[in-house]
Amino acid sequence: MTQSRFSWQQLRDSQLFWPLLALAMILLFNLFFTPGFYNIEIKDGHLSGFLVDILNRGSVLMLLAIGMTMVIATGGVDLSVGAVVAISAATATVLINPALANELISSEELIKDVTSTPLWICITAALLVATLCGLWNGLLVSRGKIQPMVATLVLMVAGRGIAQLITHGQIITVYYTPYFFIGNGYLLGLPFPLFIALFVYLCTWLWARRTAFGMFVESIGINARSSFLSGINEKNIKLVVYTFCGFCAGIAGLIYSSNVKSADANNAGLNLELDAILAVVIGGTLMSGGRFSLLASVIGALVIQSTTTTMYAVGVPAMAASAIKGLVVLVVILLYSEQTKLVLTRVVERVGARS
Amino acid sequence: MTDKLKIDRKFMPLLATIAVFALLYLYGFSQYKGMRQPQAFFNLFINNAFLLITSIGMTFVILTEGIDLSVGAVIALTSVASAALLEIYGLNPVLVIVLMLLMGTLFGGIMGAIIHFFKVQPFIVTLAGMFFARGMCFFISLDAIPIKDPLYRTMALSRIQIPGFERAFLSLGAVVAIVVLVVGMYVAHFTRYGRSIYAIGGNEQSALLMGLPVGRIKISVYALNGFCSALAGIVFSISLLSGHGLYATNVELDAIASVVIGGTLLTGGQGYVFGTLFGVLVTGLIQMLIQFNGELSSWWTRIAVGALTLIFIGVQSLFTSSRKKRQALGRATLKESESRSAVPIEDKLTTDSA
Repeated sequence: MTQSRFSWQQLRDSQLFWPLLALAMILLFNLFFTPGFYNIEIKDGHLSGFLVDILNRGSVLMLLAIGMTMVIATGGVDLSVGAVVAISAATATVLINPALANELISSEELIKDVTSTPLWICITAALLVATLCGLWNGLLVSRGKIQPMVATLVLMVAGRGIAQLITHGQIITVYYTPYFFIGNGYLLGLPFPLFIALFVYLCTWLWARRTAFGMFVESIGINARSSFLSGINEKNIKLVVYTFCGFCAGIAGLIYSSNVKSADANNAGLNLELDAILAVVIGGTLMSGGRFSLLASVIGALVIQSTTTTMYAVGVPAMAASAIKGLVVLVVILLYSEQTKLVLTRVVERVGARS
Repeated sequence: MTDKLKIDRKFMPLLATIAVFALLYLYGFSQYKGMRQPQAFFNLFINNAFLLITSIGMTFVILTEGIDLSVGAVIALTSVASAALLEIYGLNPVLVIVLMLLMGTLFGGIMGAIIHFFKVQPFIVTLAGMFFARGMCFFISLDAIPIKDPLYRTMALSRIQIPGFERAFLSLGAVVAIVVLVVGMYVAHFTRYGRSIYAIGGNEQSALLMGLPVGRIKISVYALNGFCSALAGIVFSISLLSGHGLYATNVELDAIASVVIGGTLLTGGQGYVFGTLFGVLVTGLIQMLIQFNGELSSWWTRIAVGALTLIFIGVQSLFTSSRKKRQALGRATLKESESRSAVPIEDKLTTDSA
């Protein structure tokens, strides 16, 4: 009996337990209420279906969640990722679309499969701009000593304005096929964005867990002052973490704009920052910082994305889905809170004592 | 002498905001003919009435070191729900207004209760609340609902003459906003409730030890903010005479920016409701200047408000750095005594490495 209780405790204490449970519950719901949810068919040489769609759309969120996890682990938060997604998307598309040169072009020319800048420059420029945004946040937080929430709020408010400036207030459409591969391509029958997200996850995992960096981040999240006193360069680590978050948002912006083949400064990445934070919270990383798990955050992103996709599959209007998302999140938060855990532990103990 | 210096320091952010407002207004006054009419000034109140109302609620929340991201969504929900109740169900407009205010108060109260009882960060709870309220709008109606109710129409068209000015007037919403401002100032500075809010924002632990009902006050502050948001929503739907779920997006950010520009510290415990008025006026004025300019695009408003918020946060941290330093020193000594048990481990580590 002690054996089983021990494993239950171990299971419950694992950071992966709750997000996996949430994911399982959503998938179970779909098993009964969404016909055809598990159908996977082969279309044009690649897999297609709701599950593949979740992986495809979820990769943007996964990337944001990876960057956000590191930021939240230091006890901060980055509210600007949605705006950075818009900026990155705007930069990449404005470089591709020949309309940038302000020359008169016919609609025929506009839908030609061309780019005015080599693709690698577009990608590098977009990532660079996004990284700079992250660096700016990092400077405000680490050097300016401004509360992370407020410091990133500034870019969240101003960021969409900057994206508008880049696109001249227009929705920029691109017709450059190689660029589409980033967000729409398929590799081995699976969506290409998934591979990008997995690659970034692996690199980040190696960086955080095979070097001391992850430990430094956690130590700052638990107690910034004592980490500083024990010789960790607290400021620089915060700077790096925010910069990395901006970089991740930059990749997400590329995938996002490539997926919808356009960049809309007003709506690209709208509310994504909230989804990313929620993914991390569902992943069990505390908002106050400290212990983090990248894998749990990635699963958290999948939970959010499957909730959204389920809403659509059931037929809830896209905008109305957020009400249910809000409720789901609230339930998850309440499940995670110390008070509920206390009650749960008591119940389990009582049941254990009775048997 | 030192006392006088202290007061100066306390009022500094507020004075800075008023100075910024005056300078911006003078600039507009010299540049644009349209701004020389007194009505231009009153238009600031008319256009930003709903923002002022919700920002005053937000000021109270921020004074307790909290935050409420749901206000914009609550405004939208109020507009949709009231439009639906009036037009589809044909309810009495007065009843609708009362119902909406109740709904807002209840919504805020529930969020406050979750924040207090489950000890979850206000940021996350109100974020979920925002999602919920926005989504509910679209459960009620996917399209905008026009309001044709006669009472709403009369209220929308009513103009209140200002004594002393020939052709200057205020809308009903602006008058409501000013009343809310006066009541807010009274509550914050002249009642026991207001003092308690400042005490909780200053240091929650000591407020609790002092015997203040911290939980009750915190919950009521969120309920109060919910009430203000619902009231702002009513003013908003009267001015637009329709309701839709996409109205008032980003209002929560504007409200927070206005409160910060108005000199209230995001760390709680310090600030003035009166300052929030100027925060709102400054953001409104920037918008107005950009409109008068005509060449600059409207997205410059967002950039300018963002930049201004940043500057004011900088000013704040300058003026409060000495206070914070003292506090941090106190906290550090406290933490040291708390975490004695950690010391041997550190010692061990150093000996190991040695």
